[in-house]
Amino acid sequence: MNYFPDEVLEHIFDFVTSQRDRNSVSQVCKPWYKIESSSRPKVFVGNCYAISPQRVIERFPGLKSITLKGKPHFADFNLVPQDWGGFVYPWIEAFAKKSVGLEEIKLKRMIISDDCLELISRSFPNFKSLVLVSCEGFTTDGLAAIASNCRFLRELDLQENDVEDHRGHWLSCFPDTCTSLVSLNFACLKGEVNLAALERLIARSPNLRSLRLNNAVPLDILQNILIRAPHLVDLGVGSYVNDPDSETYNKLVMAIQNCMSVKSLSGFLEVAPHCLSAFHLICPNLTSLNLSYASGIHGTELIKLIRHCMKLQRLWILDCIGDGGLEVVASTCKDLQEIRVFPSDPYIGHAAVTEAGLVALSVGCPKLHSILYFCQQMTNAALITVAKNRPNFTRFRLCILDPTRPDAVTNQPLDEGFGAIVQSCKGLRRLSMTGLLTDQVFLYIGMHAKQLEMLSIAFAGNTDKGMQYVLNGCKKLRKLEIRDCPFGNEALLMDVGKYETMRSLWMSSCEVTLEGCKSLAKKMPRLNVEIINENDLMDVGADDRQKVEKMFLYRTLAGPRKDAPGFVWTL
Amino acid sequence: MEVEKGTKMGFEETELRLGLPGNGGGGTEGGESAKKRGFSATVDLKLNLSSKEGGDDTNHEKTQTENNLLATDPAKPPAKAQVVGWPPVRSFRKNMLAVQKSSTDQGSAEKVPGGNATFVKVSMVGAPYLRKVDLKNYKSYHELSGALGELLSSFTIGNCGSHGTKDFLNESRLIDLLNGTDYVPTYEDKDGDWMLVGDVPWDMFVESCKRLRIMKGTEATGLAPRAMEKCKNRSFK
Repeated sequence: MNYFPDEVLEHIFDFVTSQRDRNSVSQVCKPWYKIESSSRPKVFVGNCYAISPQRVIERFPGLKSITLKGKPHFADFNLVPQDWGGFVYPWIEAFAKKSVGLEEIKLKRMIISDDCLELISRSFPNFKSLVLVSCEGFTTDGLAAIASNCRFLRELDLQENDVEDHRGHWLSCFPDTCTSLVSLNFACLKGEVNLAALERLIARSPNLRSLRLNNAVPLDILQNILIRAPHLVDLGVGSYVNDPDSETYNKLVMAIQNCMSVKSLSGFLEVAPHCLSAFHLICPNLTSLNLSYASGIHGTELIKLIRHCMKLQRLWILDCIGDGGLEVVASTCKDLQEIRVFPSDPYIGHAAVTEAGLVALSVGCPKLHSILYFCQQMTNAALITVAKNRPNFTRFRLCILDPTRPDAVTNQPLDEGFGAIVQSCKGLRRLSMTGLLTDQVFLYIGMHAKQLEMLSIAFAGNTDKGMQYVLNGCKKLRKLEIRDCPFGNEALLMDVGKYETMRSLWMSSCEVTLEGCKSLAKKMPRLNVEIINENDLMDVGADDRQKVEKMFLYRTLAGPRKDAPGFVWTL
Repeated sequence: MEVEKGTKMGFEETELRLGLPGNGGGGTEGGESAKKRGFSATVDLKLNLSSKEGGDDTNHEKTQTENNLLATDPAKPPAKAQVVGWPPVRSFRKNMLAVQKSSTDQGSAEKVPGGNATFVKVSMVGAPYLRKVDLKNYKSYHELSGALGELLSSFTIGNCGSHGTKDFLNESRLIDLLNGTDYVPTYEDKDGDWMLVGDVPWDMFVESCKRLRIMKGTEATGLAPRAMEKCKNRSFK
């Protein structure tokens, strides 16, 4: 292949799209490295502190799309203080300085300011797509800047962000000349929106295929929108509070029936439960349904809706559907690939589904490979049955609301059940477990979970051996997050080289001490070992035998980060 | 002998100990038990229940206790013991569901607990015990002052004037009352600073208020001059 001119190679490499494959391509030989690096359009950086933006730009000058992730996963659950880090500004500043032709930015768990949004809107003339997931630090003023200045904007997708809402003015900032929108998702905004501006925007966006509204959009506007955008493929209904006898409702029913291309439905953030039948006509077309925020829909209504969803591939739902409801899912949704069952009331600590629902799904849905399941209880027998029925699981996340609960029937630890899962599901890449678990389950994981990339553990294990089994056996492990487990320095220091093969390790409320962390940091200069102590600023003279409350370590080529706040100590 | 051993093993197996099941206590389990701080212990600490040391309770019992604590048994109010970050549900989702719930529930809504505590302690100089109010129950300072007045009317001190403590947060009364022995409403904010009630918009106040303290004018000497000035210019909305 060395006899081909560069352009031919480049053209061939265009067909190689996944980052992993492109990484492999670039390692074949020097010429391939050069060509691949200079032509790679999409770069994924799983930890924004693992490398500096300057190095990324240097290596990939043709960069058009960047994905960055910031805070560790446990930040989702309030385990990481708010100002820990994950600021995207330095990246945008660097891209702007080097005039990178950025078209697409995807951020997850990062802090982005209004100034940063403004900078984005002014620095990249071809900017097309902004996707923000679980981010914070900005207000609707920043969105206004994006709307005003990005002349070719195609996608503005805000998922579960914490946005300070200064009310609807930002929507009016899209100029009349902006007709390029394909995807608009502002479901997470809490405030009012300028409804007239919204309608006008949609009327002049013939390419709009995905629209997710927040709950400030009332029914009559929704109806107008649906009439103007009958080609929508993805719809997020904000507020669905209506009177079934009204003319508005009847008009809405007609409008919905026109939207036969809708394949993905979500939202219902506010809902009057008795009027969902309007959607029954489009249910048979749905491949994706997310009702996990629709706490106003009762189990029986949910079940009625599901019975019409024969083509469903992805379902996110609340546990009020119950085990019975999951049996209906199992018998109706034969194409189901992914399901997430969330607790309707996370504060009460009681879930409305049990192991029965899980087993039903494993029996009825042959293509099911990804599950997140919050439940009240579990048994080894159920897990063993599930493992036998569904060896194709790639993502298996089970959360029993009482995290140290044993087998509900035998009172045994759930080691055997999870052991069966890892033994049977040879392609398992992500696992999180709860329940009473001893070192034994980790032995099984180390022995069998050969493809495992991400493992989340809480309140499990007995001795350091548990963690050691995992570090030893799981060759492909990339992310390990542990809370409240009795793993200490011996486990931490067993194989320090392992951490350079992983993206990151999180340990909180474990037995690791300052001395252990210091020792690790000393041996591995290319790891950032961060101690997070939010109660006081780090006492540098602290006793080494002190247990570390929160430790986050990650491999990096960028050295200790300069933006760490006072309560973060990089050893 | 066999039977004895059998029952002993059985007991050990159901005990929330840290030995591998069936292993009858090999290794250094004793030390390990003391080290591990399980979920139940964390919940116990929060509720000041008996400590878990030594793992006396049987596993089954412990689960029962926890279920009683955490189940929505209408006979018992649900314990609000919250282990940080549990269950592992994104805060965005938790908040969204909580807001939805409180807007649909009528009376005893489940308010959003957690970082922004809506239940705040109210202390008053000279009172033998504190009270608690849920700030989310009120929409304005006016409503809050009315509620506080009623709450603290049991602590009426004679020199509050003929209207009693009910009016003591009333603006004009406050000006009149702010002389020496009279009362100033203050609160501790998220940063730990003591602030005068009423300066910021109501919503911002609810977000940042951690506790309320009705200070005596003499106590609030640092605040009082400003307070008087502010009282003159401001109206409680």
